[in-house]
Amino acid sequence: MRDVAVVAFAQAPTVRREERRNEVEMLMPVVREALDAVGLTKRDIGFFVSGSSDYLAGAPFSFVAALDAVGAWPPIQESHVEMDGAFALYEAWVRLQHGDVDTALVYSFGKSSPGQLREVLTLQLDPYLVAPLWPDTVSLAALQARLLLEAGRATEEDLAGVVAASRRSALANPNAQLRGDPAVEALLAEPFLVSPLRRHDCPPVGDGAAVAILAAGDRALELCRRPAWIAGIDHRIEPHALGVRDLTASPSTALAAERAGAFREPVDVAELHAPFSHQELILRDALRLDADTAINPSGGALAANPMMVAGLIRVGEAARRVTDGSAVRAVAHATSGPCLQQNLVCVLEGR
Amino acid sequence: MSDPVRSIRTPIALDYRYTPGLASSRFLRAVAEGRLIGQRCAACGKVYIPPRGSCPTDGVPTEEEVQLADRGLVTTFCVVNVPFTGHAIEMPYVAASILLDGADIAFQHLIQGVPASDVRIGMRVEAVWKPREQWGPSLENIAHFRPCAT
Repeated sequence: MRDVAVVAFAQAPTVRREERRNEVEMLMPVVREALDAVGLTKRDIGFFVSGSSDYLAGAPFSFVAALDAVGAWPPIQESHVEMDGAFALYEAWVRLQHGDVDTALVYSFGKSSPGQLREVLTLQLDPYLVAPLWPDTVSLAALQARLLLEAGRATEEDLAGVVAASRRSALANPNAQLRGDPAVEALLAEPFLVSPLRRHDCPPVGDGAAVAILAAGDRALELCRRPAWIAGIDHRIEPHALGVRDLTASPSTALAAERAGAFREPVDVAELHAPFSHQELILRDALRLDADTAINPSGGALAANPMMVAGLIRVGEAARRVTDGSAVRAVAHATSGPCLQQNLVCVLEGR
Repeated sequence: MSDPVRSIRTPIALDYRYTPGLASSRFLRAVAEGRLIGQRCAACGKVYIPPRGSCPTDGVPTEEEVQLADRGLVTTFCVVNVPFTGHAIEMPYVAASILLDGADIAFQHLIQGVPASDVRIGMRVEAVWKPREQWGPSLENIAHFRPCAT
């Protein structure tokens, strides 16, 4: 395997409603920031790949229009995944394994504000037997939370504790959408949104964009004093039918973590893409994390969850802590689909 | 055995509130005043219309605005003989790519005022604007293009 590292990362602050700029206008300054951080131009990039969803914009092939943010002439090598940008980063890592290019730029964008996200996401469900019932994302997550509570694996206080920690961590994150210092008791006094979930157990809806640059081998060392080397990366998927899954566990995350080598040594930092509070508890179990690991120092997805971007942000936030020397080993997790259906685990190391 | 289920109907409708972005918003506001504006790329000098705020070649913001003429030439066209639901245009009609004077990229509009069989690549055309009181932030302010001498 070729050594590949994250050498640069940039993100736009997540906002509830980006009404002035289109997706390309949102992306351009973020692409520029990431390239400038390592002194590259687009002509120095060997491969481009994006993660986004046309259902958010309600416009077919909006990912093609987004190429204007990087400029595609003379022709560039590029690809797209209709998934979170973290899965695009996986493709970039695979592409760099080919050995003929040394750099890749991964970009990701999502404007959820034009539509009703809870309804839009229903279209990712089985179109014959589930989607026609229009179960929205929050309701499906509430089913999962209910199972976890009734199994005795968590309490409502545990859920509120996750939220309080996220809000506090986000105080130091200028890109977060929600931050604060709420008391657990105050959170528990809030009404249910979809029982047993309260509004704060659910991610804020936001518009955002992020860019990561990967480089292989010596090229990474030329570009970055302390690259965040990808020691392992893997993604796995649960069965499509919600009814056949044990929603209180995430075996696909555990398997991806094992294959990515996450269990070989302790990790200093874990950035978990848990859009709902109870999902952080499920992921902590699957990743075997304990108090020795700082979990979601950025605030995680409860503080900002731009669709198609929040997973890539997890990788970027984890990589940033390796690059600045505050972590030696970090784990980033990204999810996609209902109730943690698809899960990616990326282990990052400083050397 | 009962008959197999061969098909089901699952109606789906989603509502979106479209925001065109900074560059397209400026373009649409200018159209509402009867002006066509493009944007020039600082790197390659090309002028794009309608502007999207970026140069698709260079991937840089396009900030310089350029006023364009409402006339130009036909770069390609097709004759449409198939009616679409809700279309009010008489058949056949001509959809064309029109390169406005001063622009580097063609944009799409209709050509009327001439038999479809007489439309040619390279033909000079000019905009026929609807009455001013019907204008809004839309390219529909131009009813169609028609042949012109210069």
